[in-house]
Amino acid sequence: MDPNQPSPVIAPGYTFSSVTDKISSIVLARRTPRGWYAGFGIAFLFVMLLLVSLTYLLVKGIGIWGNNQPVGWAFEITNFVWWIGIGHAGTLISAILLLLRQEWRTSINRFAEAMTLFAVACAGVYPLFHVGRPWLAYWLLPYPNTMGVWPQFRSPLIWDVFAVSTYATVSLMFWFVGLIPDLATLRDRSQSRAGRVVYGMLAMGWRGSARHWHQYDTAYLLLAGLATPLVVSVHTVVSFDFAISILPGWHTTIFPPYFVAGAIYSGFAMVLTLAIPIRAVYGLEDFITSRHLQNMAKVMLLTGLIVGYGYMVEAFIAWYSGDLYEQFVPINRMTGPYAPEYWSLLFCNIVVPQLLWFRRVRTNVAALFAISLVVNVGMWLERFIIIVTSLSRDFLSSSWGMYSPTFWDWSTFAGTIGLFLALLFLFLRFLPMISIFEMRSMLPEAKVEAESE
Amino acid sequence: MARRLHGLMAEFDDPGALVAATAKARAEGYRRMDAYSPFPIEELHEAMGAHHSRLPLIVLIGGLVGCVSGFLLQYWASVIAYPVNVGGRPFNSWPAFIPVTFECTILGASLSAVLGMLALNGLPMPYHSVFNVPRFALASRNRFFLCIEARDRKFDLDATRRFLETLGPREVSTVDD
Repeated sequence: MDPNQPSPVIAPGYTFSSVTDKISSIVLARRTPRGWYAGFGIAFLFVMLLLVSLTYLLVKGIGIWGNNQPVGWAFEITNFVWWIGIGHAGTLISAILLLLRQEWRTSINRFAEAMTLFAVACAGVYPLFHVGRPWLAYWLLPYPNTMGVWPQFRSPLIWDVFAVSTYATVSLMFWFVGLIPDLATLRDRSQSRAGRVVYGMLAMGWRGSARHWHQYDTAYLLLAGLATPLVVSVHTVVSFDFAISILPGWHTTIFPPYFVAGAIYSGFAMVLTLAIPIRAVYGLEDFITSRHLQNMAKVMLLTGLIVGYGYMVEAFIAWYSGDLYEQFVPINRMTGPYAPEYWSLLFCNIVVPQLLWFRRVRTNVAALFAISLVVNVGMWLERFIIIVTSLSRDFLSSSWGMYSPTFWDWSTFAGTIGLFLALLFLFLRFLPMISIFEMRSMLPEAKVEAESE
Repeated sequence: MARRLHGLMAEFDDPGALVAATAKARAEGYRRMDAYSPFPIEELHEAMGAHHSRLPLIVLIGGLVGCVSGFLLQYWASVIAYPVNVGGRPFNSWPAFIPVTFECTILGASLSAVLGMLALNGLPMPYHSVFNVPRFALASRNRFFLCIEARDRKFDLDATRRFLETLGPREVSTVDD
């Protein structure tokens, strides 16, 4: 094959029926692969670890975590921002790339959207439990109550409640609407009665009528148009949690765009981390081709450079502000107690991804997988550095303090990774991981010649 | 039990044939019909006689309702029900209310897009006659169907069947109601 030609979005030779059968057979297969049990089992153990950690947290209080004055926010907010950011790539792929008519999105949007949902679920765990008394978390919502109090709408933390809950709701609806025609396919193809009943109920009687498709396409396009500003607003609001405060290192206007770029960066890294093993295990190289991996690598390279620009501007403005405390922030990051984390963050997020300039790296699946893991780590470190360095050394040196995570910090984090993977395994087994109907419409035989007048 | 007739259904192999057949059926004067395909075909909707979707208007209204009620909620809570003086800032500090207003707009619009789409399509629909044709299960896989319904004024079991046979279908079957 000509190396200068981009590889196709779908390998040639597929028909409506073979695409349908190939994707739906993964779900409808009677025998669950052994590897699935192994993977799900390991992930499930970590879910149990999460349950133990959260139960112990409820018994003892958030003192079991390492955060204490002056570092009141540490792992939980780092992980919250990290997970939310990961989720954003799913929305970007399904909504923004749809509006930009990027056809290659089709084979990765379904599981990227699922990834969004599960990442938001993991993110939600942290603020919910960090409030200390999670059984009262509904106090965050505006509802008429006998205490006669209402939320403080001038606080970015309340904006966050609205942004994240709207994001979770819209992502769920977008994902479900995309699933309806495929659920109908599963209903029609399932061999078991249980499958027909369950998928049938979820498909809600979808029959593929031309009138329905018309409304459906309109709704899907409108949802994409609504999800696009939503995804930008969500991470903007997340960055407001920091930027609205007056803490040195947080109080900057670069935060919203730089957080959004960072979210997309880490999200694409996570999509690659997941897509590469999934396509190998399920033999989907014909649908998730080298073209997809290369395109995702290019998006990563671009957003990585934007993030690098963000770091530069952050340091420049700190110096240019003339504010003693702001000027101290970058110096503290580079030479202070968290300097190893800071330099590893620069190495992970800025240095390593430069390899993606080379086509040989972009076409090397193993290298891409390794880079995506490095970027995931780097983006986690970025949030850690932003949150902890600013809090640990702010204005008065008499109120400085150090933060170090405890076992329970780590176990909760590992537990949410387990929750994420366990949900993903369930999704792979019970729902089509690639949008079947959109794949059909991408095939050459789906083209209608203008023979009707 | 005597079964009533829902209509006649022709099965086609490829999207082009279905679009052509639908256009011919419309030219022949049939109106009460529906075409079924495993993926959206823009030309098909046009061939059936395009109607503009009312969905965008519903979404606009939903978005406006979300926007206004989101702002009013904050105004009412911060100015009327529970005014809190934060550093002398005005109770109606509207710039700080924009993020929540925006999120409520998106939420209202998205909910009306999804619920509106389902409502306009009459979903969920637990029963529909077309599923009585066993081969219709392929409509979600690789086959394309045109169903002319018995309630069409021009419908005549024999004449319509003969007409459908001229369109080159794989098979024409009767659909029980």
